[in-house]
Amino acid sequence: MEKQLALQLRGVTKHFGNKHANNQVDLDVYKGEILAILGENGSGKTTLMNMIAGIYYPDEGQILIDGKEAVIRSPKDAFDHGIGMIHQHFKLVDLFTAAENIVLGTRQEGRYSLRAVNAEVAEIVERYGFHLDPAKKVYDMSVSEKQTVEIIKVLYRGADILILDEPTAVLTPQEISRLFDVMRRMKEDGKSIIIITHKLNEVLEVSDRVTILRKGDHVATVNTRETDENQLTEMMVGRKVSLNIRRSEPVNAVPRIYVKDLNLYSSEGIHILKDLTFTVRSGEILGIAGIAGSGQRELLETIVGLHKPATGTITFINPKKDKPVTFFHKSLKRVKELAAQDAFHDRNMNPVSFQGMRNRDILKWVQSEDVLFREDEVIDLRDRTPLEIRQLGIRLSFVPEDRLGMGLVGSMDMTDNMMLRSYRKGHGIFLDRKKPQELAEQILRDLSVDTPGVSTPIRKLSGGNVQKVLVGREIAFTPKVFMAAYPVRGLDIKSSYMIYDLLNQQKEKGIAVIFVGEDLDVLLELCDRILVMNAGSMTGIVDARTTTKEEVGLMMTRTARRSGEAEE
Amino acid sequence: MNRRQTEEVREPLFHLTRRMGISPVKAWGIRAAAFVLGMLACGLIAFLLIERLRENPGRIGAFYYAFIKGSFSTSYKFWKFLKNVAILLCISLALTPAFRMRFWNIGGEGQTLVSVLGAIAVDFYFGGRIPEWLLLILMFAAALVSGAVWGVIPALFRAKWGTNETLFTLMMNYVATYLVSFFLVVWVPNGSSSLPRQQHGRLPTIGNDYLLIILIVLVLTIGLYIYLYYTKHGYEISVVGESVRTAQYVGIKVNRVIIRTMILSGMLCGLAGYLIAAGLDQTVTTESVGGQGFTGIMVSWLGGFNPLTMILTAGLVQFLNQGASQISQDFDVSGALPNVITGIMLFFIIGCEFFVNYKIHFRGSKKHAEAAAEMGRGIGK
Repeated sequence: MEKQLALQLRGVTKHFGNKHANNQVDLDVYKGEILAILGENGSGKTTLMNMIAGIYYPDEGQILIDGKEAVIRSPKDAFDHGIGMIHQHFKLVDLFTAAENIVLGTRQEGRYSLRAVNAEVAEIVERYGFHLDPAKKVYDMSVSEKQTVEIIKVLYRGADILILDEPTAVLTPQEISRLFDVMRRMKEDGKSIIIITHKLNEVLEVSDRVTILRKGDHVATVNTRETDENQLTEMMVGRKVSLNIRRSEPVNAVPRIYVKDLNLYSSEGIHILKDLTFTVRSGEILGIAGIAGSGQRELLETIVGLHKPATGTITFINPKKDKPVTFFHKSLKRVKELAAQDAFHDRNMNPVSFQGMRNRDILKWVQSEDVLFREDEVIDLRDRTPLEIRQLGIRLSFVPEDRLGMGLVGSMDMTDNMMLRSYRKGHGIFLDRKKPQELAEQILRDLSVDTPGVSTPIRKLSGGNVQKVLVGREIAFTPKVFMAAYPVRGLDIKSSYMIYDLLNQQKEKGIAVIFVGEDLDVLLELCDRILVMNAGSMTGIVDARTTTKEEVGLMMTRTARRSGEAEE
Repeated sequence: MNRRQTEEVREPLFHLTRRMGISPVKAWGIRAAAFVLGMLACGLIAFLLIERLRENPGRIGAFYYAFIKGSFSTSYKFWKFLKNVAILLCISLALTPAFRMRFWNIGGEGQTLVSVLGAIAVDFYFGGRIPEWLLLILMFAAALVSGAVWGVIPALFRAKWGTNETLFTLMMNYVATYLVSFFLVVWVPNGSSSLPRQQHGRLPTIGNDYLLIILIVLVLTIGLYIYLYYTKHGYEISVVGESVRTAQYVGIKVNRVIIRTMILSGMLCGLAGYLIAAGLDQTVTTESVGGQGFTGIMVSWLGGFNPLTMILTAGLVQFLNQGASQISQDFDVSGALPNVITGIMLFFIIGCEFFVNYKIHFRGSKKHAEAAAEMGRGIGK
């Protein structure tokens, strides 16, 4: 059967300033095919799609639909040409039902009948094999259901060309395969589907052809059947990239943090963390998997002292056994108390007692580093504020999900951002900017941060560079525990692999690493163990070396599934 | 052909984009241009409104000269100008630490007024009964404490119950005004509610009548600049202002910083109140602060919350005020015209900040494509 062209781009160019976002891009989309657009961040994928969807207007070039030139000035024009785009961020009214959202903004002759709409929606659901109850309110929906509403909304308006912008980023593996089934049915129905993604395995699984963009240029379009991951990456990045995360065996993994029966409620009384019990070990990467919003963020925030748990314990094991006692974070009084409890021994394993000694002699003895801890220190972290934890000498690094909203201050420069962790150091009321500046310059060099200099506000940096600044600072803090929530979100391949390498280096140094991730492939490749969460509960901990994506995916949705079945 | 057709319907008439960075020269160029344009607009309005100017257009030169005359023609006017700048600057400085923390304290008026009241109360009850130096110290303490109390109450409510500080500080202004009215009724038995100048508790003078006040404010300006930019407290204020979540993340006790900073803010208002009470007025009325608590908000904001820049903005605002009064005197127009003129000037000066922060790209201009560029740039390089 001869394939018919649905959409053609001819020499489409878009300048942003002196920069080409898209340069002379030609693109053909046929009816009844799935075309994947592949490219790194900033390669112009989204700009190109926005031009088709009427959000931008091309500076040069033509867009042809069904062979005729089309002028698309607005999303409405795009709709009139049968083009619909499903954005990453959903635009739905929470209080409305699926059907009400779908019909919203359409203009129809005659009386508005919700029943007729429901029937029409049900017909679309039936035809393409969606799972959706048209009468369900949006606020009751999972992310996947909301996405379904967005897709049906576009189909309901009669779109023949659908553009999906990174639709799988928020879905579980099971939901992804359901989405792909739907996409295949739409394809059979003669629709053209353009999917933007940077996940190579998905490209290979679902698409018929792949268009690769790099720095705004159209590099190539290949048939999916005739290509593989390595070739695609090479075209995307411009050179060969090793896609393997090197994972070493944990060396001497000992418990570092015990979490036991942890329960956390939000200020509105919502049960966010439910009976979590697990151990974090040194020299090991513990992954945390789960659908976004299952309590991963709150878990890390509770460990660093930002939330007060209702019940449960968090215990930190400070590896001090046979290490010299210092006054670094302890007063003389505290040292004497500990000595009275027989907590120290000397180099010859004899018990240390300060009984009857003058303070000056005790100081001298301790400073000679001949007084050693008998056991590891056991410290209760629960109900301590971040400041108290620091004052105990416990270094917990935390790379939060919201980099500029929590980890860094956007309007400050690199130096002042380095200072966030260390500004209290030193006596006196004045700030010492010298050391933070040296640290900023070192991070700029070591992690090759792309910025005009350490005194540029970091708000002006790209996402990957902002993340390097944050991760660099947290590593420079020489932590015992390193926690990172979604550290590669929004980063390109090169930066992502750099972050994975940094996490691995931390692990090899014997630091306990906790990694909250969304890409299951990465979790399976990078971590040693994976803790799976679902709606605040722990559904299990699996060995990342032996488990499968499907197993983790099932665990992520276990309870959700059960309740789903109950409804049916 | 086709391309030509689409050209006509391409993009909107103009785009607005946020500037990612502007050179100081360019920014000050825009501000200077706004000042000149504002002056031209004032001339035009004056021409339409002042009969004498219409009859004799040649006097337009005198109209502009009046601005300069208002502040600089005699040494008396010049000293008055400097004194007024100092008091306005002092109140603006007091508000600045709170603003840098994004705590929208619009209660500078009330905080300063209760400080004047506190100082005068001490003067009223103890004046003449205790040594002069002790009286001055007690007045000073009373002013600082009253200002700090007035400042910390909204901060405590915000910290404990999350109340809105803008409404709260605004309402505290009214409480301060009526408190003054109340004490005037109590203190002035004849019912005129006009407290005569007190004979005691006057700040000593050095050189000129106003020199001491000016020097005190100058020292305060430099001190506050150092406090905000080079101390740990100042750093904490900036972090809390930028992101409360980041502050919590690094272990800053946000409520403590808010309360501490509002005590400081209130105490600096107290200093301004003390300078007004002991250095200038020697009495208190409901108009002792005369709206400078509100003008100070603008001075602080225009100065980008930087104490050093605020010297300029306070000077500018005062220059306009005195110039406008001079015009009403010279052209024998009373009432609203000076306010109209300062209003026009401030409209231009504040309005131009929009053009400092945003760029306009007209359709067809060569650079119009940059518009979308900068829109999309933000994070993506």
